[in-house]
Amino acid sequence: MDESGEIRHSAVMKKNPYIIDNPGGNDFRLNRETLVDPEILVAERDRVFDQCWIYAGHESEVPKPGDFQTRDVGGRPVILTRDGDNNVRLFLNTCRHRGAKVCREREGNTKRFYCFYHGWSYRNDGALVAVPGDDAYPDTFDRSKLGLKDVPRFENYRGFWFASFNPDVEDLEPYLAGATEYIDLVVEQSADGNMEIVSGVQEYDIGANWKLLVENSFDDYHLHSTHSTWLEYMKDSGVNIKVPKGLLLPKKGIGRDLGNGHAVIDNYNFRGRPVATWISIYGEEAKPAVEAAKAELVERLGEERAERVANTNRNLFVFPNLMINDGSSVTVRAFWPEAADRMKVTAWALGPVGESAVMRKVRLDSFLTFYGPGGLATPDDVEALEQVQAGLTSTVKEVPWSVMTRGIAKDGEQLNSDELHLRTFWRRWNTMMTGEAAATETGDTAEAAEAAE
Amino acid sequence: MNREAVEDFFYHEAALLDAWDLDGWMDLLCDDARYLVPPNDVPDGDPDNTLFIIADDIDRIRGRVKRLKSRDAHAEFPRSRTRRLITNVRILAHDDAELTVTANFSVHRFRRGGKGGEYVGRYIYTLRIEGGAFRIAERRAILDAEELGGLSAVSFIL
Ligand code: FES
Ligand SMILES: [Fe+2]
Repeated sequence: MDESGEIRHSAVMKKNPYIIDNPGGNDFRLNRETLVDPEILVAERDRVFDQCWIYAGHESEVPKPGDFQTRDVGGRPVILTRDGDNNVRLFLNTCRHRGAKVCREREGNTKRFYCFYHGWSYRNDGALVAVPGDDAYPDTFDRSKLGLKDVPRFENYRGFWFASFNPDVEDLEPYLAGATEYIDLVVEQSADGNMEIVSGVQEYDIGANWKLLVENSFDDYHLHSTHSTWLEYMKDSGVNIKVPKGLLLPKKGIGRDLGNGHAVIDNYNFRGRPVATWISIYGEEAKPAVEAAKAELVERLGEERAERVANTNRNLFVFPNLMINDGSSVTVRAFWPEAADRMKVTAWALGPVGESAVMRKVRLDSFLTFYGPGGLATPDDVEALEQVQAGLTSTVKEVPWSVMTRGIAKDGEQLNSDELHLRTFWRRWNTMMTGEAAATETGDTAEAAEAAE
Repeated sequence: MNREAVEDFFYHEAALLDAWDLDGWMDLLCDDARYLVPPNDVPDGDPDNTLFIIADDIDRIRGRVKRLKSRDAHAEFPRSRTRRLITNVRILAHDDAELTVTANFSVHRFRRGGKGGEYVGRYIYTLRIEGGAFRIAERRAILDAEELGGLSAVSFIL
C-alpha cells in the first residue's frame, strides 16, 4: 500500500468496524456507514476494485477482427476490440500524446483508432502508426513505446473476459474458484459451448450504493413482498407459482459460498425456462422448440446433467460487481459506483449462438417479463434500493447497524432466502478493505451444498 | 382521417395517461395491440432478436396495467405525476384501414422525494380505423437519450 493509501486507511479506520461478525454468537451486523461514506468509496476503488478481476465483456461482442466496443471498466474508459491477429484486446481509451479518448463511438469495426486532437493514429493491435509532423520530435521519441496501453491483466473464462488493474492478481480461473462450476452450467445450455450477448443493452442508474445491488441481485427473501405484482402476473398467465412439493433436486433453493467472495443461490426451476420447461406464457407455437432444446441437452449431456443445466436456476455473483442470473432467461449485469449513493448498471441478455428464432424470441420475452428498467419486477428493485439509501443515509448516527443474520444459527445448508450468501460478500469485502480475516459459519460448507445436490 | 383527427386522438390518449385512467386507455387499444420501448442503443430494433426495454403483447399490457393499478407496484406507488407534451405529428402512411403516424414527445415525470425526469423521444403508432374511430395496433416509444441513465426505469406507461 502506498503512502496515500495508508493515510486513507487510517482515516477510515477511526470509525466503527464495518461489520460485526460473530456467527458463534448468532450475530452479524453491517455498519450503514459502508453504504454512505464517500471516503469508504475512495478506499474501495484502491482496495477492492483495483485488486480484483472486473468483468469487461463477452467474446461475442467483438466477433470479427476490427470489431470494437467502448465502455468503462473498473472506472476507466476502455476499448474492447479484436485485433487483426484475432486476439481479443482491452485498451485504455486514452491517447499516448496528451490524453484524449481515441475512440468515441459506442461500437463499430475499424483497422485504426484515430485521435482527432492532433491526429495520431493507432492500429487495432495498439501500435502507434502515424504521427503528423513527427520531424519535430527529438531522437528520444520512440513510437514503438507509445502504443495504446493494454489493461495490466486480461483473461477469459469460457468467453467471459475480465480485466484486472492489479498486475499481480492471481490468474482468473483460480480467482473464480467455485464460480466456474456455475458458469459451466450457464454455458452448457449451448450445443457447441458458444454463448452470445444479444443485441440491445440496458444502461440505467440507481440512486443507491453499489453494494445494495450485490445484495438485491440474489436476495430471494424479498421476492414475495417486493415482487407480488410479478407473481400475480405469472399466476394470471396460468403459471403455477407455488413451490411444488415432491421429488425435487435440491428440494429447496440454497445459498452457497463459492470462495473468494463469490456466492450463488441455486434453485430448482418451477416457473418455466426456455431451455427446459414450457409455460403457457411462451405460447403454443414455442412448445416444440422448448421440448427440442431439452431433448438436445439430454442427448448431449445425459439425463442427470441435462436436468442440472435445464431445471435449476442460478443467480451467480462474481465478486465484486458481476451478476449472472440464469433462470427464466440469462441476464449478465455489471455495475459500477459513480458515487457512494449512485451506481451505473449495465445489463445484457445472453443466449446460445445459433438458437432458433422462436427460442430467441421466447428468451427475450421471458427476460422482459421480470427484468430490466421496463420489466414487471426490476423497477421495484430499483425503488427498493433507492428507498434503502434514502432511509439510512441521514439516519446513520441514530441507526448505525443493519441486521443480516437470517440462517446464521443453522448447522446445515442455508436457503436462498437466508442471508449466508450476502454475508459471504460482506466478509470478503471487509477482508479486502481492512485485512482482517473473515469468520466462518458452520452452515457455510461446500459439503452441505453437495449433500443437497 | 387527417392530421387534426390524429392530434385529437393523441391529446385524448395523453390526458387519459396523465390522469392515470388506465382502463380508459385500454379501451383505445386493439385486441392484438403491442407496446414497445426499444433499447437506447438500437432504437430501430426488432424485439424478436433485440433486447428491448419494453416489448409487450396485449396480454402483458393487461398485466402491466393491472400491476400499475395495484398499491404493490412499488416503483409507481405513490404514483408518478406525469405531463405529456406531444408535437410534430405527421402521418407517414395511410390507407382506408390503417395509418402509420409519428409524433415527438416530452414526458415530464415527478415523484414524491424529488426523483423524476424528462423522457424525450418520438412515437411511431400504427392506428387502425375501427367503426370510424382510431384504435392503437402498435405504439412504439423511442427514447432519444444515449442511455436511460438517471431516468432509471420506464415504470409508467410512456
Ligand atoms: S491527444 Fe491525441 S493526438 Fe494529441
Ligand atoms: Fe428483486
